[in-house]
Amino acid sequence: MFTMVASRVRIAIFKVRTAILALSLAAAILPAHGATLKIANGDEPGTLDPQKASGTWETRIIRELFATLVSYDSKAELVPGLASSWEISDDGLTYTFHLRDAKWSDGQPITADDAVFALRRELAPSTAAYNANLYYTIKNAAAINAGKATPDTLGVEAVDQHTLKIYLTQPTPFFLQALAMAESAPLPRHYIESQQGNWVKAGKLVVSGPFQLTRWIPQSDIQLSKNPQFYAADSVKLDTAHFYPINDAQAALNRFRTGELTLSYTGVPATQYPTVKKNFPNELKVAPLLGEYYYVFNMREGSPLADKRIREALNLAVRRDIIAHRILGQGQSPSYWYLPKAMEGGAEGEMSFAHQPMEERLKRARQLLAEAGYGPKHPLHLGIAYNTLDDHRRIAVAISAMWKQIGVTTTLTNSEAAVHFNALRQGNFEVGRYGGVATVNDPQDFLKSFVTGGEGNYGHYHNARYDQLVDAISRELDPQKRAPLLTEAQQLLLNDYALLPLYDYVSINLVSDKVKGWHTNPLDVHPLRYISLTQ
Amino acid sequence: MLSYIIKRIGQAIPTLLIVITVSFFLMRLAPGGPFDGERQLPPEIEANLMAAYHMDEPLWQQYVRYLDGIAHGDFGPSFKYKDFSVTDLIWQGFPVSLTLGAWAMLVALIIGLPLGIIAAIKRNSAVDYLVMGIALGGIAVPSFVIAPILALVFGVILAWLPAGGWHDGALPNLVMPVAALALAQIAAIARLMRASMIEVLGSQYIRTARAKGLTPTEVILRHALRPALLPVLSYLGPAIAAIVTGSVVIEQIFGLPGIGRYFVQGALNRDYTLVMGVVVFYAILIIVMNLIVDLLYSVLDPQIRYD
Repeated sequence: MFTMVASRVRIAIFKVRTAILALSLAAAILPAHGATLKIANGDEPGTLDPQKASGTWETRIIRELFATLVSYDSKAELVPGLASSWEISDDGLTYTFHLRDAKWSDGQPITADDAVFALRRELAPSTAAYNANLYYTIKNAAAINAGKATPDTLGVEAVDQHTLKIYLTQPTPFFLQALAMAESAPLPRHYIESQQGNWVKAGKLVVSGPFQLTRWIPQSDIQLSKNPQFYAADSVKLDTAHFYPINDAQAALNRFRTGELTLSYTGVPATQYPTVKKNFPNELKVAPLLGEYYYVFNMREGSPLADKRIREALNLAVRRDIIAHRILGQGQSPSYWYLPKAMEGGAEGEMSFAHQPMEERLKRARQLLAEAGYGPKHPLHLGIAYNTLDDHRRIAVAISAMWKQIGVTTTLTNSEAAVHFNALRQGNFEVGRYGGVATVNDPQDFLKSFVTGGEGNYGHYHNARYDQLVDAISRELDPQKRAPLLTEAQQLLLNDYALLPLYDYVSINLVSDKVKGWHTNPLDVHPLRYISLTQ
Repeated sequence: MLSYIIKRIGQAIPTLLIVITVSFFLMRLAPGGPFDGERQLPPEIEANLMAAYHMDEPLWQQYVRYLDGIAHGDFGPSFKYKDFSVTDLIWQGFPVSLTLGAWAMLVALIIGLPLGIIAAIKRNSAVDYLVMGIALGGIAVPSFVIAPILALVFGVILAWLPAGGWHDGALPNLVMPVAALALAQIAAIARLMRASMIEVLGSQYIRTARAKGLTPTEVILRHALRPALLPVLSYLGPAIAAIVTGSVVIEQIFGLPGIGRYFVQGALNRDYTLVMGVVVFYAILIIVMNLIVDLLYSVLDPQIRYD
């Protein structure tokens, strides 16, 4: 009797084991079928703390973990996020947000207090947030960030559990966009305060977004899985997403070709671009980006570049079409302006010679140099500084050859990024390579780089009218009134030849044809909740 | 023996201190800082960052703070990888680099040593020229050429192996990086082995051994091999330390999570703490490897005794 029972138990155990084995096998196989997106994500993220991150390869993941009050859809249009609706007062100074009934991944409710907590933390000096200045127009924000006021004096208020009010000191045209940035996402105060120090831990991190962090092995991979508590979890089609830190474009391309990756944000090697375009016409996605590649002139006193005639001559001699089409040839467009064409705001304007024949331009350039006192007997010599990258070198060499045609000789200096940008800051350069990329789709940040005394005004450009215009632009909420101001400001920069614009940036991504719901857009944001995979 | 080991460890401490001090100040001397990037930060934000990393303190104070941390086994927070400490990063990456490096070294020894011996025995024959020609090729072709070719041929075109990735150390993912790493080592070991074997084979006691009537195989295995291994052994110490601390090229191309890339990326990012951590770790490893090599000497060469 006893033995019989025992053997029955054994059989039962065996059956259970087989069932478990079958289940676990199924579990191991099933999610891989059509529901895992494998992404080449560029660099290894430095952090997944929304307020300490600074790179696109970081925010791309963070946006999936933390829902923002206002959100981007698959075409980078603003849509309601954790806030289901909002009102803006007529003077543009008070924002009232109505939060939806949503839960953190641990089941706790997401409240207006969590939003207040996050904004205070973003501005607290101890957080040392990179993009804190996005929120400087909130009452007391700048003072708090400079350590001159305490975070609890910030102009944000939780009226009740679902109502949040934000008070500004001046109208801020891009403020809703700033609230779509990961930096302002409400944070799980109860979880953060329960952790000692570092709280970004895979498997534990409490999140509000469509995905949660299940695994993070530095330099290997980051794995996200669907968050069932997300407020729109029903609409999320992917089960998991794997992000691989691959910053070598060739490696990314290899693994995309073998099907190990379904999506690559790492770009395409310049030399392989034509082949990729031919072999992957549907998978290669190229689109204008909110970035501008240009050369900065050092206009400090005593520099030959303080003379506008010389800056004009140098601009005249550069053939942007050759640089954009022949040297790069990846869909970049030649630029005679400063604000990227894909940027919102309606700014017009370009350099006056944009449509002149090259011969006339060169003639005029030589004439201007002669007027400024330079010629064959007394040639102008300039240094071009750029940071180490093959494309930067090729462009500098081409420009050097173009300037030679008008009798300007050059010395090219190449240094690693930290040294190069430090030299720009210190003013130790004559002509320096620079690339500006906007964090929000608004021209204001770009324009600020040429304001007198502004950070990023490496060349010390100064124009009082320009400063006035930028100040007016930063306060003007009416797009109709703002557009002409933008055009005027941009045209001033261009007429003063304050920079040497070369081309508008493009995003170059590889997207498998199995991926649905992925659309190119100027911000290059592609929320996973709109993406699905077909077999 | 034990007292010798203790003495050597005692000597290692001042060496480490010098390494730490020199690299600490050299790092700070390099132009540009951890917050110099494409984007110019507003002064308030930069001040906050400097304060968060104690960069606003005088340099000597930062140095003392750093030494104090190391004494407690803490390499400090990384400037770039903020969600991990430098210690975390090294301990997560090192097993990967160690696995790769150990495999590569093993493969290199298994192939390199016999090749070197054969070349030495068949000195100046077609076999010798062939082996040494290949070895020279192995040394001359850098890994940043061989690795992408391997990835392209076996990963993309033939699709026999994954083109990259670690997959928690799965065997198919190991094959190509190990091969790429081992190639240069095979060449170096074969050349060293050949040279030292030729030297040993010309010595008096080998002639005696032959005169005794031993077969050529016995002469090589019983009398020539041990002394001929000594130069290879002294090469292996630093070579193992170098190979197990990772190769930035191999790691980048195959997307492996080792610590090799922290050397280069850390330096370029001016990630002071990360670079220091890796340098100190590397120094310790070299000291340990050299000690092991010295101890192995006494096993191979009866003339050497540590008492």
